[in-house]
Amino acid sequence: MSDIPRLVEAHDDIRDAVRKLCADFPGPYWRWLDRERAYPRDFVAALTEAGYLAALIPEEYGGSGLPLSAAAAILEEIQRAGCNGAACHAQMYVMGTVLRHGSEEQKRRWLPEVASGRLRLQAFAVTEPTSGTDTTSLSTTAVRDGDGYVVNGQKVWTSRAEHSDLMLLLARTTPRDQVKKRTDGLSVFLVDMREVKGKGLSIQPIPTMMNHNTTELFFEDMRIGADCLVGEEGKGFRYILDGMNAERILIAAECVGDARWFIEKAVTYANERVVFGRPIGQNQGIQFPLARAHAQSEAAALMVDSALARYEAGVPCGAQANMAKMLASEAAWAAGEAAIQTHGGFGFAEEYDIERKFRETRLYQVAPISTNLILSYLAEHVLGLPRSY
Amino acid sequence: MKVLVAVKRVVDYNVKIRVKSDNTGVETANVKMSMNPFDEIAVEEAVRLKEAGTASEVVAVSLGVKQCQETLRTALAMGADRAILVETEAELQPLAVAKLLKEVVAKESPDMVLLGKQAIDDDANQTGQMLAALMGWAQGTFASKITLADGKAEVVREVDGGLETVSVNLPLVATTDLRLNEPRYASLPNIMKAKKKPLDTLTPDELGVDVAPRLTTLKVEEPPVRQAGIKVPDVATLIDKLKTEAKVI
Ligand SMILES: Cc1cc2nc3c(=O)[nH]c(=O)nc-3n(C[C@H](O)[C@H](O)[C@H](O)COP(=O)(O)OP(=O)(O)OC[C@H]3O[C@@H](n4cnc5c(N)ncnc54)[C@H](O)[C@@H]3O)c2cc1C
Repeated sequence: MSDIPRLVEAHDDIRDAVRKLCADFPGPYWRWLDRERAYPRDFVAALTEAGYLAALIPEEYGGSGLPLSAAAAILEEIQRAGCNGAACHAQMYVMGTVLRHGSEEQKRRWLPEVASGRLRLQAFAVTEPTSGTDTTSLSTTAVRDGDGYVVNGQKVWTSRAEHSDLMLLLARTTPRDQVKKRTDGLSVFLVDMREVKGKGLSIQPIPTMMNHNTTELFFEDMRIGADCLVGEEGKGFRYILDGMNAERILIAAECVGDARWFIEKAVTYANERVVFGRPIGQNQGIQFPLARAHAQSEAAALMVDSALARYEAGVPCGAQANMAKMLASEAAWAAGEAAIQTHGGFGFAEEYDIERKFRETRLYQVAPISTNLILSYLAEHVLGLPRSY
Repeated sequence: MKVLVAVKRVVDYNVKIRVKSDNTGVETANVKMSMNPFDEIAVEEAVRLKEAGTASEVVAVSLGVKQCQETLRTALAMGADRAILVETEAELQPLAVAKLLKEVVAKESPDMVLLGKQAIDDDANQTGQMLAALMGWAQGTFASKITLADGKAEVVREVDGGLETVSVNLPLVATTDLRLNEPRYASLPNIMKAKKKPLDTLTPDELGVDVAPRLTTLKVEEPPVRQAGIKVPDVATLIDKLKTEAKVI
């Protein structure tokens, strides 16, 4: 437990309980999944059953109605215990789009199902192979046709699509040359994938350097009902942007958890491993990178808190959320780097879990938004420098 | 029936214990504290009795500093119905705890009191036995199984060399051993509900108990660092060393 004064509630009771749950899913479980490239079904089921994935869903829809800081505490503890929240974290923030912009009917229909775990809302399909970070130039289209829409196009890096029932999809409903602003004309749909799999939707897994269960999606005349549309047609990009701060803050909290896990592991090892008749941790060459990573992760944790406090107070938090995500992902990487170096050869042995976490935490400097794009955002919107792209 | 469960706030079992530099005790400042693991087993057992319809109410009680409230909230999140804190800053030794519990029992009239067999901080293993003696109740200590029927309890006890089964009348003081059950972790909705469950506070004065320590701690020290062993070439050398160096044979 860190003893820094906090700007938001620490949720120690929730942290304790999450840690206990995670203790049932130790290193060997994750190593086995990693080898098999399997989805952590039991882990996600345990989290769902204990209500953690429904933390943010309001009580009237079957969740606990907690503030974002509770979700951040849950995800940080998962990572800090050596587990991997990437298998299910999306549910925490994807749900927000439905909650904020969905109709009362959509909320009543879907949220209690998601809260109870009967349905999984884990897939979030935004990125496309050709548009990349330039989201507004995405080319998947949803064309109105009678009482529904017909979707054509392709998504890439849609994580967990094979392990989710519902998907939040961003597609263009008005061609780019017919809208005033490029951010207009995009719409968000909540798609029940069980109804369209094999009928216009095909899912192709993408093997990656870590066990992430990410996929490619192909839409070929995929028919969905008009009731899948979330909010108003053409305003989807704004809805997605709305949810991004929560997503960034939560990913940052996970990275803080990773950093703390790496540092704890490395410090323990550095105190125990004796070479040249002294613990390796007695050497400054081993101490300093760990001390530096610790400083970085504590700073990042403060930025996460700052972003959370602003988010919960309902004031703009884009700058803090982005900075938190960047600083935390870099702190986790620095901690991972120090941990692997501290472990020497053993850092490469699967048995120590360091190499697995090392591969897993690298992602967060790229997804859900890469560091360069955060820097561009800060330069342009916080510092007032000219837009660089 | 009503079950009272005693829970103690101790240094978390994952924490590496450090002795205070003045040798008066162990460091607890900025150290993570949790519910004594044997008490978690006691809470779990009580909650299972309630879920099975055997118990009608589970009351958790803790004795000590204000922060014991957190430990009680954990018990409430696991399923206890309400909680009582006997709040004091004083050092509480097993006899004082047993006396305080006796007064709480007099107020609450439970049919069974469940405690951990010992707490992982001082490992005293005395409170349950003392409470049973003070109350004049039956006791079933080191329980690895408790079966209740017709005002009686059958308690399987973990004793040296095996298991012993005793049949005792209620009311009963039982202390839990490791194999009694596997405690659950609290679900998020239950953590939230626990915040709203009643938690009453009493003081030793209100209960009329003098908690002054009867024992004085002289010194607390780290256990001696274990020396590395040596390899001996043959059995003859081993016997010789056991005779002349270790002087054990
Ligand atoms: C494992 C994994 C899981 C993912 N899960 C999901 C998911 O569930 N849903 C989803 O929608 N997406 C997901 N993504 C996609 C992720 O959000 C994107 O990969 C990320 O936003 C970067 O986009 P890109 O890969 O197209 O990179 P590109 O946009 O091609 O960028 C490549 C590099 O160029 C840099 N760059 C680009 N433009 C500029 C510029 N103007 N200035 C400076 N640098 C620039 C970027 O910073 C980056 O380093 C996932 C990705 C991965 C790897």
